[in-house]
Amino acid sequence: MENKLLEVSNLQKIYHDKSGEVVALSDISFDVKEHEFVSIIGPSGCGKSTILSILAGLEKASGGDFNFNKNTTIGYMLQKDSLLPFRNILDNCLIGLEINGTLNEENKKYVIKLLETYGLKEFIYKYPANLSGGMRQRVALIRTLAVKPDILLLDEAMSALDYQSRLAISDDIYSIIKNEGKTAIMVTHDIAEAISMSDRIIVLSKRPAIVKKIYNINFKEKSTPINNRKAKEFADYYDKIWRDLDVHI
Amino acid sequence: MCTYSKEHVEFLKNIRKKKIIVTISRLAIIILFLICWELLAKYKIINTFLFSSPSNVFKTFLKLVKDGSLFKHIGITFYEVFISFSIATIGGVIIATIFWSNEMLSKILDPYITILNSLPKVALGPLIIIWVGASINSIIFMALLISLFITIINIYNAFISVDKDYLILFKVFGANKRQIFMKVILPSNYTSIIAALKINVSMSLIGVIMGELLVSKSGLGYLIMYGSQVFNINLVITSVVILGIISYLMYFIIDKIEQKI
Repeated sequence: MENKLLEVSNLQKIYHDKSGEVVALSDISFDVKEHEFVSIIGPSGCGKSTILSILAGLEKASGGDFNFNKNTTIGYMLQKDSLLPFRNILDNCLIGLEINGTLNEENKKYVIKLLETYGLKEFIYKYPANLSGGMRQRVALIRTLAVKPDILLLDEAMSALDYQSRLAISDDIYSIIKNEGKTAIMVTHDIAEAISMSDRIIVLSKRPAIVKKIYNINFKEKSTPINNRKAKEFADYYDKIWRDLDVHI
Repeated sequence: MCTYSKEHVEFLKNIRKKKIIVTISRLAIIILFLICWELLAKYKIINTFLFSSPSNVFKTFLKLVKDGSLFKHIGITFYEVFISFSIATIGGVIIATIFWSNEMLSKILDPYITILNSLPKVALGPLIIIWVGASINSIIFMALLISLFITIINIYNAFISVDKDYLILFKVFGANKRQIFMKVILPSNYTSIIAALKINVSMSLIGVIMGELLVSKSGLGYLIMYGSQVFNINLVITSVVILGIISYLMYFIIDKIEQKI
């Protein structure tokens, strides 16, 4: 049995505005094991991103609790790559280290190695404007990995890309996360993306959100995300989750 | 050496041609204007006592150069512009930074800044003279009033319009306000700061001339005022022309600096 890295229990989030209260998250409980890739999926506007921003410490929960079972460094990746246009790729990746004051030769070498390993060697001293959307997102991931996080929170990290780049970068990001032995929680609205990448999928209900179902994703032959899409079980999972989401327009 | 295709050579030729046309037309306009003015004056169609003439302006210019007073006046105007421009720029950036770091404070002071910015500062002229004294200080003070608030407003707005996602990113990395400011807000806004400087140069010049018109014993504004009082239109127009050239030069310099950055 693998170690639990994160336990979330009865998380609740209420937003206040002038017209009243909105209960975004009603009662959310789940846990995440070490080295696991967990996806959170739910109808749009159900508050799935809120969970990540609470875990990242950007927002406070209105109720409930969450616990990292050790001193955990968090990496957070958003839909937009937010690369600073006036810094080159390497300097963009070093920004987390600069901020937390751990920029030294060793850490810098580590970041350069990451960039080289993941196909960005020739771009190290280029500027973000010279890179494609997919490559920029890969840089954003390496910037996140630079601070050696124990857990990665991916908030619709691939959603801004065109479909083909998204498929390719899913494969990349998946393999980088697995190679580096990281744990990840991904929020997405894309059922296929979630099934192809995850070990487990948490399906949320619409607002006020509760955990509707949790799926363990098992493929007979687990492969890369793109290949997983061809697996027999893929369509089954897709059908079930689609029904859970209960989409009406 | 260069093996451009025929089309490309043609294309380059076209660009050069357009550039030449623009330059020649620009020169033609000013030359034509000066010739008309001179001819109208020569044949007494306009009264040179009221409207002067290019040759009179030129003579006045030479006279001012010869007795050395021209450079003295230009120097003083420049000096006043430089001082008020520097204070407004540095002060504007510092105050905008304070506002950025303290949202509450900026909210509280917002209506006052707006009022001070939209108030026609020349209305304060008499008060400034009484309070600060009829000296170079009140001229600089006047110029400062005109340029400072617009600088604060422009730079503060640039600071707060930085993409929120950068701020989220930095917060997740655990950045403090100073780090966010130094690593994102300031470097993202070099262009808006330069743009503010451009406006600032003209504002400072306007303020200085306004101040000199109200109170002074030297400077181009003084020359204009003095010229009008003794009804020396040649002097007035000469000063205005010099002022036009100076303001263009200052704008030009900042523009060059901007291109370098």
